[in-house]
Amino acid sequence: MRTLFSTRLLCAVTLAAACSAAGCNKGDNGGGAPPSSSGAAAPGATNTKKQAIQNIGSDTMVNLAQAWAEEYGQIAPAVSVEVSGGGSGVGMAALINGTAEIANSSRQIEPEEIEKAKKATGKEPKEFLVGYDGLAIYVHKDNPLTEITMEDLGEIYREGGKVESWSQIGVAKVPGAQNEKIIRVSRQNNSGTYHYFREVVVGKKADYKQGSLDMNGSKDVVELVAKTPGAIGYSGLGYATPAVKIVKVAKKKGDTSVTPTIVTVLDKTYPIARPLFMYTPGEPTENAKKYLDWILSDAGQKVVEKSGYVPLPKK
Amino acid sequence: MTQTTVQLSPSPTAQDGAELLLPTRVKRRFSEIVAERAIEALIYVCGVSAILFVFGIFFFVFREGAPYVFGGEFKPGEFLFSTKWYPTSVSNARYGVLALIVGTFSVTALATFIAVPFGLGAAVFVSEFSGNKGRETLKILIELLAAIPSVVWGFIGISVMNPLIQDVFHAPVGLNVLNGALLLALMSVPIMVSIGEDALKAVPDSYREAALAMGATRWQMVYRVLIPAAKNGLLAAVLLGVGRAVGETMAVLMATGHAINIPHSVFDPVRTLTATIAAELGEASAGSPHYRVLFIIGILLFTITFIVNLTADLAIRGIRKR
Repeated sequence: MRTLFSTRLLCAVTLAAACSAAGCNKGDNGGGAPPSSSGAAAPGATNTKKQAIQNIGSDTMVNLAQAWAEEYGQIAPAVSVEVSGGGSGVGMAALINGTAEIANSSRQIEPEEIEKAKKATGKEPKEFLVGYDGLAIYVHKDNPLTEITMEDLGEIYREGGKVESWSQIGVAKVPGAQNEKIIRVSRQNNSGTYHYFREVVVGKKADYKQGSLDMNGSKDVVELVAKTPGAIGYSGLGYATPAVKIVKVAKKKGDTSVTPTIVTVLDKTYPIARPLFMYTPGEPTENAKKYLDWILSDAGQKVVEKSGYVPLPKK
Repeated sequence: MTQTTVQLSPSPTAQDGAELLLPTRVKRRFSEIVAERAIEALIYVCGVSAILFVFGIFFFVFREGAPYVFGGEFKPGEFLFSTKWYPTSVSNARYGVLALIVGTFSVTALATFIAVPFGLGAAVFVSEFSGNKGRETLKILIELLAAIPSVVWGFIGISVMNPLIQDVFHAPVGLNVLNGALLLALMSVPIMVSIGEDALKAVPDSYREAALAMGATRWQMVYRVLIPAAKNGLLAAVLLGVGRAVGETMAVLMATGHAINIPHSVFDPVRTLTATIAAELGEASAGSPHYRVLFIIGILLFTITFIVNLTADLAIRGIRKR
């Protein structure tokens, strides 16, 4: 009797579970998808009230993209912009795979990537310049270093570069550091910042010196530098905190060194600054188009400035 | 299936008494038989699926990695014995994983060195010395330790251990071999305790009684009788803990500093094989040499953990035979 009963019960439970699962799904689709639901269902489901824009890519831009998405949510509540980071490379991959409506990148798209995207989606990716970023050089707040030349930075980070210790660049003693070795903080190689810094500072064809601490995110670099007295690192200007110090950078020995600010980035006197891009696979969809127009408007550019990045020059 | 139902129908040997006891068993409705079969089939599928998944993963990893190994472009010498890992270099891409192998082994070895005394000590205490209540509490707490997600360990490594290691050991960087090893030790201790305790429990009580009857103290009993008797099981406990440590990704990615470096002391940052795959696979475009080499690293890891687990398994078989 007991075995029989339990078998029947099991059947009933399984059935009920299956039914409720199915019913649940239906209910979800009918009653407007929550903003967090992934946009994968979007193409078929026309009756969803909230429309999602998938915005994937650059880790440098993730704070900015998030700020835009939040601000835009107040202006256009019917659209939800879903932002995720991972690196410019991840954004490009999403652009090619067609999983992102807008891909963020802190470097310009490469010709091969355009080819790949054309092959995969049949459309040519469209580029939007949305702002600028000054790449700041960070050291610990107790470090007496105030300025550095591009050459020295190159020697510190380049494979075969000669600068290994703080005394070689004129810092006799870093308070709190255990030895005078320069602890290089860098980024993982899926980061647009990593590639940009390599191109501009390390050398176009050169490689990084091995043994740097390769962080996953822009914020991680600043946090590690803040906790490590002997460290030096590069990261977006928007990530500055009181626990770190931004070093002035000079193009050559003898040139005046420049602090990264909106003015110095825009007039190109600060040497390590770069444009920020958004890409769409082919012509943007109607929602994406409206969103991009808003980003390029004064309201959108104000968010850029508020987030610590550099807005486009006013026309 | 049919056999079971046949057996359940009244057999000639069980006449009166059985019929009284099992009247309901005799009458099985068709729907019930179908349900029974369906569930048995379902359970069978569940059991077999594990095999399918293992071979599926095996096949997938090899399919992605193997063509490159035999394609002629791959340099096994450079791969295994060079420390230069420059997968994204513009001018000269190099794929040497020696530093990563050394990184993995240094962190794992130090973690094992820290975890073994704690893990086996705790196993001995839980199994032989603690009272009933203490044992139950300890087991629950140790299992709780095993339930902490590795990203939380990594976070602890960055925010708690990093400044602590700098202060206590005067290390220039807090994210280093020691930090990663401490986290891995904490993560593998629960495995060592629970398997080690089982191994000690498997020693027959007659051994304990004999030892105590001979006038041994409890500690003498443990290290002269129980540990030698349970050594295979204890070895298995250690090896499964090591297997966990080798394969762990997130915590070491966050806590070791992720620097390609042959460590000269426990205070140097390193990078492990697992962390490299985790950090770089998302970016490597499918089919590129970088992507293939990451899968070859996967095969390498697979081989390492397979050997460790196989050894542990053989060791466990060793105790079963006794």
